[in-house]
Amino acid sequence: MSAALQATKTTKSRKHHVLPGFGLSLGFTIFWLSAVVLIPLTTLFFKTCQLGWPNFVKIVTDPEAIAAYKLSFGASFTAALINLFFGFLVAWVLGRYDFPFRKFFDSIVDLPFALPTAVAGISLAALYSDKGWIGHFLAPHNIKISYTPTGVYIALIFIGLPYVVRTIQPVLEDLEGQVEEAAESLGASRMQTFLRVLLPTLLPAAIAGFSLAFARALGEYGSVIFISNNLPFKGEIVPQLIVNELSNYDYPAATGLAVVMLVTSFVLLLLVNTIQRYASRHQEAR
Amino acid sequence: MAGAPKLNLKQRHTGRSVTKPIWVRIILTLIAIIFLVGFLLLPLLEVFAQAFAGGVATYFATFKDPFVLSAIRLTLLAAAIAVPLNVVFGVAAAWSISKFNFPGKNILITLIDIPFAVSPVIAGLVFLLLFGHQGVLGPWLEAHNWKIVFAPAGIVIATLFVTFPFVARELIPLMQSQGTDEEQAALMLGANGWQMFRRITVPNIKWGLIYGVILCNSRAMGEFGAVYVVSGSIQGVTNTMPLEIETRMENFDFTTAYTLATALAMLALITLIVKTIVEYRSTRLLAEATE
Repeated sequence: MSAALQATKTTKSRKHHVLPGFGLSLGFTIFWLSAVVLIPLTTLFFKTCQLGWPNFVKIVTDPEAIAAYKLSFGASFTAALINLFFGFLVAWVLGRYDFPFRKFFDSIVDLPFALPTAVAGISLAALYSDKGWIGHFLAPHNIKISYTPTGVYIALIFIGLPYVVRTIQPVLEDLEGQVEEAAESLGASRMQTFLRVLLPTLLPAAIAGFSLAFARALGEYGSVIFISNNLPFKGEIVPQLIVNELSNYDYPAATGLAVVMLVTSFVLLLLVNTIQRYASRHQEAR
Repeated sequence: MAGAPKLNLKQRHTGRSVTKPIWVRIILTLIAIIFLVGFLLLPLLEVFAQAFAGGVATYFATFKDPFVLSAIRLTLLAAAIAVPLNVVFGVAAAWSISKFNFPGKNILITLIDIPFAVSPVIAGLVFLLLFGHQGVLGPWLEAHNWKIVFAPAGIVIATLFVTFPFVARELIPLMQSQGTDEEQAALMLGANGWQMFRRITVPNIKWGLIYGVILCNSRAMGEFGAVYVVSGSIQGVTNTMPLEIETRMENFDFTTAYTLATALAMLALITLIVKTIVEYRSTRLLAEATE
């Protein structure tokens, strides 16, 4: 038996090596990945190590930095939460219902992906400014959005929406209608079917979509700076603070803050991958 | 990770969900549509309205401004260098990952995704730390009189970084799903490696490749944060179109800023149209294949 196993193993491995170009393509991939991404990124950690621990702690716990973390994390989290709600709704409507121009509305969900962030930023700032189409309705009520910290939330909701929709939509479309019918015919109410049958299946995708929107919002710069007032302690997000430090030629401060942000996004990335791997294994097992 | 939207090739079956009262459907659909129009479409319409507020003549006069032209040229240059390089990388990466088995494959896929997880500002910062005056390679570059940071070269490198995963990400799942049978058959029938690649692989991945290229190009031309950090925003020298928008906003030249924004918005719309076409074509191919 072990000989047979050995034989299948050899044919299997030989089968994969019939195709040419493995060494060349993998070699080039690793070389190019190292040159463009990995080596440059290690510079960041190398420079951080040069800072020394006390310096690093001082930089990342500076009051202005703390205020920026609060706004960045708070606004990103809130925006991702709002996106989770509306993204779920949009994914549901696009995936389940038929209505005029459905394909058109499906396409514009990707607009924030395709639109350059600077364009998104000035468009939103114009729309919500005192003279803008939405802003001029709000101005008499003394509600200001553009050039205030509120603007940060608006920009982050804009850029994060497609992540939630596009993560939930395929799972929703994959769900067999029979599952719901079965639940229904076994006497479950509509609410029970939704909460106990649909929601558990959609939960991993929802968490992944939320985390993607959150991670993207944390790193966002282009759209936010056009709509925020960018004032320290008020409307300043972490990437803006990094840019400010750079324009003061304070490279160590920028580096320290960048490492904090980078580690956070890597942890989020790891979380998303783990959830998705767990979810796909879970679904295969069923 | 956070980044390229994937093609949605699923065939939809509507109306098989739990039958709901019609008013629930109508209300949910209306909320979704109002949200999409108000949040996504309205800002775009506003910027077009603002750009044309001064009349069509003013709009087109903007494109005669030498700084605007220089910004357009630099944007095109950065994309013209970054996109082809990423195509070569994307095809090579997808070939090795999807057609062969080797240890550490999943790690490699994760590493390719890194630029999506990195804030654009940090991407720019990294190259500043590497090539800048206080940077690791800074003194050496200065000794040879090579300028990367605050020069067009830095813009190209930053663009290359942020657009790195796009093509590979589109191609890897596509080529994995296609397997290796067709390529093996071609080799068996006497094709050499190059013939196999040109006649079998390229036609098979054509639509995915087109989509990857258009996404990569759209990001390359629209990137703001990463190039902002390495550019120094020198008008006529290191300003790309998005950076020129920022400079004009700072100088209260709103018309030019909005006009440039509409030009980039058109690019985004073209990207979405191409996506729709590619999705339509691929779904049809898929349907033919399963019949």
